[in-house]
Amino acid sequence: MTTVATQDPKDLEKGRGERNGKAAADPGSEVLAPVVAEDLAAVFVSHHRPPKPGPLSASLTFGWRAMLKIKHVPEQLFDVTAFPIMMTLMFTYLFGGAIAGSTDAYVQFVIPGILVQSIVMITMYTGVSLNNDIERGVFDRFRTLPIWRPAALVGMILGDLLRYVLASTVIITVGLILGFRPDGGVPGVLAGVALLVVFSFAFSWVWTMFGLLLRSEKSVMGVSMMVLFPLTFLSNVFVDPKTMPGWLQAFVDVNPITHLVSAVRDLMDGDFATTETVWVLVFSAALVAVFVPLPLRLYNRK
Amino acid sequence: MTIDPTGLAIETHGLVKVFGTNRAVDGIDLRVPAGTVYGVLGPNGAGKTTAVKMLATLLRPDGGEAYVFGKSVLRDADAVRSRVSLTGQYASVDEDLTGTENLVLLGRLLGHTKSFARSRAGELMAAFGLDKAAARQVKTYSGGMRRRIDIAASILNTPDLLFLDEPTTGLDPRSRNQVWDIVRAVVAQGTTVLLTTQYLEEADRLASRIAVIDHGKVIAEGTPGELKSSVGAGSIHIRLRDAAQRPDAERLLGKVLGSAVQTGTDPVALTAAIPGHGTDLGAAEDAARALGELARAGIVVDDFSLGQPSLDEVFMALTESSASSTSAGSAESAESAGSSAELAAGSAASASPAASEAASTDEQHDAISKESAA
Ligand SMILES: Nc1ncnc2c1ncn2[C@@H]1O[C@H](COP(=O)(O)OP(=O)(O)OP(=O)(O)O)[C@@H](O)[C@H]1O
Ligand SMILES: [Mg+2]
Repeated sequence: MTTVATQDPKDLEKGRGERNGKAAADPGSEVLAPVVAEDLAAVFVSHHRPPKPGPLSASLTFGWRAMLKIKHVPEQLFDVTAFPIMMTLMFTYLFGGAIAGSTDAYVQFVIPGILVQSIVMITMYTGVSLNNDIERGVFDRFRTLPIWRPAALVGMILGDLLRYVLASTVIITVGLILGFRPDGGVPGVLAGVALLVVFSFAFSWVWTMFGLLLRSEKSVMGVSMMVLFPLTFLSNVFVDPKTMPGWLQAFVDVNPITHLVSAVRDLMDGDFATTETVWVLVFSAALVAVFVPLPLRLYNRK
Repeated sequence: MTIDPTGLAIETHGLVKVFGTNRAVDGIDLRVPAGTVYGVLGPNGAGKTTAVKMLATLLRPDGGEAYVFGKSVLRDADAVRSRVSLTGQYASVDEDLTGTENLVLLGRLLGHTKSFARSRAGELMAAFGLDKAAARQVKTYSGGMRRRIDIAASILNTPDLLFLDEPTTGLDPRSRNQVWDIVRAVVAQGTTVLLTTQYLEEADRLASRIAVIDHGKVIAEGTPGELKSSVGAGSIHIRLRDAAQRPDAERLLGKVLGSAVQTGTDPVALTAAIPGHGTDLGAAEDAARALGELARAGIVVDDFSLGQPSLDEVFMALTESSASSTSAGSAESAESAGSSAELAAGSAASASPAASEAASTDEQHDAISKESAA
């Protein structure tokens, strides 16, 4: 006859994490140290209340959280390193000869395109990880803090910017190894990457909205793929649109990714003041204007 | 610490939250005095978490009003947020971060300097017995450790009002006692605690007032004593020497006390409720009279004890009244000073998890294991 505290199934579920290794490996932690009443009494008297942090400081703190997550779960960088490398190699050698006559010539054309495609693709992880975070309840704590509410979202996106920069560095490096020699030199490449990061920042907010709107990580992933695949492939990333049928050209011409790729190619070629660059900046501003308020409203209402 | 003139930490009027067609919270009125522990008791799905989330500004009420220290959770959410903190039913810390990083992050978000946040985090980790695990990711923590880090996060700045949503669900008896110690220490600092629980014993031990909610409504409210006396004066537990005499004893007790008599699986045990009369001549008088009658009828009583009605009984009576369930288990779990054997028998007989929870303090736990080994 054993009738001691029934274990709540919810807690068993919560304990899932413990299976993966570390806890079991540390025998000292099996028995919890007791809570000492005097220690407790001492720590409770913390009535030191500094003024609450401003929007920038709170956002940066959330950015720091994103860095810590990268530090603890470096696997998440796999998407921003291995995937772009694979894409670059695959497309260069698959299409290079057929499209541009030689892989060497094709590299000059395709690297900026692959760069844009890869970075735009990984913007979707903003929505996926936000959804995941909310699922796990940590946002409940953030939302009971008297801070500027958007800070959690802004901070997360700040962390994502780091991933964009990292992925860009990886792709450019691979490109250089394959023989990519842009006319714009270092300033051109930097300007190209900067423009891409600006666009991706703005674009991330679209996924933030989906991350808040959809029920599961999987559905966020699904929707993102549905949008991103046509958007990045039906563009001038891999081939010159002139070879496409008219109806497709019509789509490719209005596709923002086409404009972005052209702008990045221009910049990397050393052509700084092009209309494409302006187009991209205006479009990014429009994205921010529309897609920042929407998720914030959703976030507040949740 | 400023307390609003009414002296209430929480005041709600007709609070409502609807999910689709499900009225999760259906018109709740609460008045929680500042500086006390207030228990919110209810079965699964009663609406406890939903109510707490509305009070902690995480959910918007669909109707009614709620004030925390006189500030509206709807119109003055930031003012409310600066005075409350919530330890939710499910851990709300970042599993990917270490324990210390979680606390430093929160410290920074509360506006503390990096060095203050670090030292405060260290202090809390030590006080909560987590220093050894401080540099490990929270996902490697056990359930009890998660609870602790979660509570530590909630008191980083000592809040004026702390919400604890089922803080001890799934904890072993020792960890449960420690959480209770933490709650007592928090209250000693002048913090008001609103505690939701499914465990009657917990509410009984900690709370000075209790609201029982079911189906989104408050079905009873009062001090633990008031709630208990609402279901009668208590009960008497009797062990006979001879099992064959039980039917006679049962009949006699029923006649003398005028109440239903329960017989458990133990063939010599009986439990009878003692109805209250609202007079000073209380349960003991009635019990003495009943024992006298038994002796006169030649029925040998080996052992007896008087029990106050437990909150288990209150809980069952209140939440199952509509379902007209006749749970024998509810009466078995009285918190009498009976022998451990009787207690063990009572707990084993009861199928209800709530009743077995009543026997979960350290000592009782030990007593039960010893008995079952014997
Ligand atoms: N986000 C939600 N969407 C839809 N229904 C919900 C939601 N949250 C809660 N509910 C429903 O509201 C009711 C009350 O749920 P709540 O979580 O408040 O119960 P509880 O008293 O905390 O229960 P437990 O003891 O199991 O934690 C339940 O019927 C639940 O299914
Ligand atoms: Mg709950």
